[in-house]
Amino acid sequence: MFDALSPDEWRAVTLSLRVSLWASVLSLPFGLLTAYALARWNFWGRQVLNGLVHLPLILPPVVTGYLLLLTFGRRGAVGQLLDQWFGVVLAFRWTGAVLAAAVMAFPLMVRAIRLAIEAVDPKLEQAASTLGASRFWVFVTVTLPLILPGILAGTILAFAKAMGEFGATITFVSNIPGQTQTLPSAIYAFLQVPGGDGQAMRLVVVAITVAMAALFLSEWVARAVARRISGQ
Amino acid sequence: MTLSVSLHHRFGTFTLDATFDAPPGVTALFGRSGSGKSTVVNAVAGLLHPDRGRISIDGTALLDTETRLNLPPHKRRMGYVFQDARLFPHLTVQQNLAYGQWFAPNSRTTDLPRIADLLGLGPLLPRRPGTLSGGEKQRVAIGRAILSNPRCLLMDEPLAALDEPRKAEILPYLERLRDELALPILYVSHSVAEVARLATTLVLLDAGRVVAAGPAAEVMADPAMVPVMGLREAGAVISARLVDHETDGLSRLETQGGPIWLPHLPGQTGASFRLRILAQDVMLATSRPRDISALNVLQATIDDLHLGDGPGALIRLRMGEEILLARVTRRSVQGLNLSPGVPVFAILKAVSVAQESIGGAA
Repeated sequence: MFDALSPDEWRAVTLSLRVSLWASVLSLPFGLLTAYALARWNFWGRQVLNGLVHLPLILPPVVTGYLLLLTFGRRGAVGQLLDQWFGVVLAFRWTGAVLAAAVMAFPLMVRAIRLAIEAVDPKLEQAASTLGASRFWVFVTVTLPLILPGILAGTILAFAKAMGEFGATITFVSNIPGQTQTLPSAIYAFLQVPGGDGQAMRLVVVAITVAMAALFLSEWVARAVARRISGQ
Repeated sequence: MTLSVSLHHRFGTFTLDATFDAPPGVTALFGRSGSGKSTVVNAVAGLLHPDRGRISIDGTALLDTETRLNLPPHKRRMGYVFQDARLFPHLTVQQNLAYGQWFAPNSRTTDLPRIADLLGLGPLLPRRPGTLSGGEKQRVAIGRAILSNPRCLLMDEPLAALDEPRKAEILPYLERLRDELALPILYVSHSVAEVARLATTLVLLDAGRVVAAGPAAEVMADPAMVPVMGLREAGAVISARLVDHETDGLSRLETQGGPIWLPHLPGQTGASFRLRILAQDVMLATSRPRDISALNVLQATIDDLHLGDGPGALIRLRMGEEILLARVTRRSVQGLNLSPGVPVFAILKAVSVAQESIGGAA
């Protein structure tokens, strides 16, 4: 398989894996917090937050990418600050691809975790509190183990979504080989040049393989965890 | 340790207004469904915040709405046994039992084997809650609550979800807890049989109000409380000591009203029992009856008569320090000239004391 791919193709594959890994891992704490807030807290603006989280799922990806560019681009409000204060530039860098993938995958992650949290019986958490566990410890010792399948499913789903992210990524960070050319961007680029069909096909096979592997892994892990926490 | 509760809470059209003390031993909160029992227990546990009230244990306040004190549940140290065990499905029985120990101050690791033994949980320790029967789950839940080193145990109808054999399996364990732990146990129930077996103190709730509170034997024998407890369930609890097992399969017990014989009781000579005698199972005679199949004739004096609206009358009898209830017709009251102070003989069939209303001594 290493020989089967040219260095350019190989770079696109590894970049995509790296971007997806960072995107899914970095968005996990935010996803968990957002899911918990949406599932359990009653606060003003809950529906607004819910809408914002789901926006990337509904908007055309190119719009999300353009909004990211406006906000996090070098002249964007947040982008300028990041550049001046931390020297961090996201636009047209692989780190920007991470941000784009994370934003696009976020609603899927939040949905999976939120469903898991809503399935936890609050009566168990009450029981834990009467046994001396503070809210923090109730979360760590009861809620978290019980929602673990949801967290794993959400993270793997986010990873798979990030692997396939195209529209927002190409709009925000363009399609620079070796820097921001992810797997889907590379397939798109190969299809634009005459005779690129063969290269595109090889990457398509890789994309399918990775997606299937992620799905199988998530199923397997979720089933193993579910068995462990079902009390059987 | 004594738990003192004083609560006022409204939701919708229901008003709860309850004040009572729960000394060590089992304090039963008894009442129909909707009488406010669970509300009281949830307020004591800190799961419900009442409009007004004060809850304290040995003078230490857990809740005082006047000073705006309201300890969260995890700081109250109330061991709560829920009707639906609520075991943690992702932990083994052993880990469930140890859960509260983790947070409890000065808990000892040696407690777990002792409590597991007391509740007969030894063989279950490595198993997961999903594989346990209802009765086993409830025993684990009780052990888990005790091991959190609580200042008080709260039990909200812990047997209500179980069938009769499972109840019979757990009741002896509860009796042992009552007798071996010096904790106040607040026990919610709407079963007179459970209350009669377990309660040392009884608090009767009706429509959110305490209508009677005091030592269980006294409250249960109060004819005025019969409408709350239910006429068919009316009866007194007396204590008895096992004297001898006789050759024909009967056991002889000594009560304050004289000897009685019951079908074989398990236990050593000298063991104490609590017998619940239903008022409808007691017959009265003004002279000692002869040539009668009933074996048990107790000597008593009429303490009080309670004539209802119907044809029946409820009669409170005194035997030494103990009280017995008898339900007869008003016609018999007139025919026998029954009135306070009259000595009578209370007749009881040996088989009319149901096995499930015979409990270990408090």
